[in-house]
Amino acid sequence: MSDLFHVSAAPHNRSPITTKSIMQDVLLALIPAGIFGVYNFGINALTVIVVSIAACVLTEYLYCRFMKKSATIGDYSAVVTGLLLAYNLPSNFPIWMTIVGSVFAIVIVKMLFGGLGQNFMNPALAARVFLLISFPVRMTSFAVEKLTTPNTADYIKHGFVALDGVSGATPLAALKAGESVDLWKMLIGNTGGTIGETSAIAILIGAAYLLFRKVISLRIPLTYIISLAVFVLIFGGKGFDMTFVLGHILGGGLLLGAFFMATDYVTSPITRVGQIVFGISLGLLTGLFRLQGGSAEGVSYAIIFCNLLVPLIEKVTRQTSFGKERAVREK
Amino acid sequence: MGKSTFPGGIHTYDGKDLTMDKPTTVLLPKGDLVFPMVQHLGAPAKPIVAKGDKVLVGQRIAEAGGFISAHVIASVSGTVKEIEKRLTVSGNMVESIVIENDNEYRTVDDFGKERDINKLTKEEIRSYVKEAGIVGLGGAGFPTHVKLTPKDDSKIDYVIVNGAECEPYLTSDYRMMLEEPEKIIGGLKIILRLFENAKGVIAIEDNKPEAIKKLRELTATENNIEVASVKTKYPQGGERQLVYAITGRKLNSKKLPADVGCVVDNVDTVIAIYNAVAKSTPLIRRIVTVSGDAVTNPQNFSVAIGIDYWEILEAAGGFTDRPEKMISGGPMMGIALYNCNVPVMKTSSALLGLKKDTAAVEESPCIRCGKCAEKCPLQLMPFQLAALANRNDDDGFVKSDGMECCGCGCCSYICPAKRSLSQSIMQTRNSIIGKRKKA
Repeated sequence: MSDLFHVSAAPHNRSPITTKSIMQDVLLALIPAGIFGVYNFGINALTVIVVSIAACVLTEYLYCRFMKKSATIGDYSAVVTGLLLAYNLPSNFPIWMTIVGSVFAIVIVKMLFGGLGQNFMNPALAARVFLLISFPVRMTSFAVEKLTTPNTADYIKHGFVALDGVSGATPLAALKAGESVDLWKMLIGNTGGTIGETSAIAILIGAAYLLFRKVISLRIPLTYIISLAVFVLIFGGKGFDMTFVLGHILGGGLLLGAFFMATDYVTSPITRVGQIVFGISLGLLTGLFRLQGGSAEGVSYAIIFCNLLVPLIEKVTRQTSFGKERAVREK
Repeated sequence: MGKSTFPGGIHTYDGKDLTMDKPTTVLLPKGDLVFPMVQHLGAPAKPIVAKGDKVLVGQRIAEAGGFISAHVIASVSGTVKEIEKRLTVSGNMVESIVIENDNEYRTVDDFGKERDINKLTKEEIRSYVKEAGIVGLGGAGFPTHVKLTPKDDSKIDYVIVNGAECEPYLTSDYRMMLEEPEKIIGGLKIILRLFENAKGVIAIEDNKPEAIKKLRELTATENNIEVASVKTKYPQGGERQLVYAITGRKLNSKKLPADVGCVVDNVDTVIAIYNAVAKSTPLIRRIVTVSGDAVTNPQNFSVAIGIDYWEILEAAGGFTDRPEKMISGGPMMGIALYNCNVPVMKTSSALLGLKKDTAAVEESPCIRCGKCAEKCPLQLMPFQLAALANRNDDDGFVKSDGMECCGCGCCSYICPAKRSLSQSIMQTRNSIIGKRKKA
C-alpha cells in the first residue's frame, strides 16, 4: 500500500494556527502582568502563580487518567486557567485554598461539562467567585504592612509595594468610600489588589499583543469598557468627574477581565453583533454591581453571569446568510 | 456596482510564484487517451462510437445525455480500443472511451476553419458552443451552452470573465491572460453578441498586475469591455463572491447568476468558446498547472484532454521527493488522488504534489473561537452546521442554511482545532440533495 498517496476531503491545507498556538499566545500576553505582579508583591505572588498552574494542570491530567480519557493538557488551556486564576487571587492567599480553587475550576466548571469548549462559564472566574464566597476574608485582604527598615529579603518576599505599604483598601474600594485615588499609580500598578490586576500598563501591553496576533478583537473589551464608563458617568453621582470614571476603568479587575476573560472564546458569543451585546451587558452589570453592590468589585460576577446569557445572545444575533434576504421567493 | 470584494474569505500561502513566470508548454500525449463519460455536471454522455472504430481529432465520440450534459470530443486520431469502466479523479469507476493514439492527428473536415463572428446568429453561436462540448473549465464543469441560454437574453446586463484564479498554486488562467489575451477578448465579444444589453467585465485579482495591465491595454478602445481589479482573497473566484464583488448583487444557492442578470465564465472557458466559434476547434485541450513542492519542474502544460496525469508529471521532471499528497485541482477544493493513473478531464485545472499533507492532523474539540463564522464567505455558522451534521439532524441543518454551503473550505482551513467542518457539512448537504432526488 506504500505507493498510494494520502486521500482526504478538501481542503487539503490548514492554517498554521492551532488551539495550542492560541493558548500559547494568551500565555505570552499574560506574562507582563505576571512580571509586574511578582515585582509588586514579591515571591508570595510567584508562589501563588506556580501553585495555581501546577494544580490546574495536574488536576486535568489526573481527571483524564481517572476517567480513562486521552490526556488534554497538551492544549495548554489548563495552564491558561491556572494563570488567570492566580492573577485573580491576593498575593498572600494560602496555598491550600489556591489548590481548592484550581480543582474547582478544572473539575467542576470545566471537565464535568465535557472539557475544553463545553464549559458554560469561565473556569478561572467561576473559581474566583467560589473562593470569594467560601473564603471572603482571605480573598479580600490585600493589606501589606509598610516595612519600616526594609532589607533585600523583605523586598523579595513582599515585593516593592511594601515600600509604601498598602492599606486594606484597593483603589476601587477607596473610590467607593468616596476617597480620592492616584490615577498614575493605578496605571503603573503600585497599588493593592490581586496579583494580575493592578498594572493597567502591563495588561494593555499583553492585550495589544493579542490584538496584533488577532487572537481577540476589540469588540467585547471596547464595548465593555465604554458602556461601563458611560454607566458610571451617568449613575456615579459624581457629575463629570474624569478621575472617578478613569478610576473605575483602571481599578479592580476591569482591564484584566475585559481583555483576557470576557474574550474567552468558549464563554463569549461567536457572532459579531452578539459580542457587542455581550460587551454592553457586561458594562452595565459591572457598573450596577460596583455602584450598588455590597462589594467594590463587580467584574467577576458580571462576566460569569453574562456567560450564562451567551446561548440566548447567540440565538437572537445569528448572522444572516449571504444572499438570504432574496431567498424568500421560492419556486 | 460592487465593492471588488466580499464578506469573509481567507488569505493563505498561494504558491503561485512556482509557476507564474514560466511559459506554457505544449505536451503531446504518448499513451492511450481516456475519455470518461462524466466530465461535467448533469447527465452522463452516451458513447456513439464502438470498439474498433477509427476516430479523428475533433470527432464527437459521445453525445450529451440530457439537457444538462455535454458532448465529448476526441482530442487525437486513432482507434477506439475499449469502452469500459475506468478510474477517474473522483475516485469512481466511470464508463470511459479509450483511444489508442496513432500520432497522426488527422482531423475532421472543416477543423480549424475560420468564421466571421460578426455574421453569426445567436442560434449559430449557441450551437457551435454545444457542438464543441464546452463546460465550465474552472472546476465545476457546468455545461456552457446551458449557461449561455438564459430565459431572457435581454435581462443579462453583465458578462463576467472570471480571471480571479483564487485557488492557491493555480496559474493556468494567469498564463492564458498573458499568452492568449486576444482570444479571451474575442471570446468575450462572442458572448456579448448573445446579450444585447450586457457589458463585459474581465475580473482579475489584484495580485496579477501584469495580466490586468495587458488586458487593459488590449481593451482600451473597447467601450463595452472593462477590466476590473478585485481584491486578492480566497474564494474571490467563487461565482457568488465574484458576482457580488463586481455588481453588488447577492446570489444564494437556489439561484443562478442569470437570475441577477449575470453570466460568469472562466478565462479558459472563454478561450474555448472563442476556439469553438471563431476557429471551428472544439474543446480538446486544456491548460493544467503542475505544481507543488514535490514536483521537479513546476509549470503549466497545454495538454490533450484524456492524457494520463502521469505523463504530465513525467514531463514536469517527476518528483524531487515522494509527495505525501497528490491533488487534482487546487488545495482548497481539489480532489486528493491515491494514484495518478487517471485521465485529464475537461475540469482538470491542476495537478499538485505536496511533500507534506497539512490536513493530516488530529481533530480537537471546538473552542468556539468563531473564526469559521467570521471567514465563511456565505456568512454561515460552520461550527453549528457541522455539529448538526454530525448528529444527523437534517431538519436543523436545512433550517440553519446548511444547503447554502458552497464547499469552499475556508472553515476547515481556518479552524484552530483542525476540525473537518467543510467535510461534515458537504457530506450532509449532498446526502440531503440525494434524499430529495429520491423522494
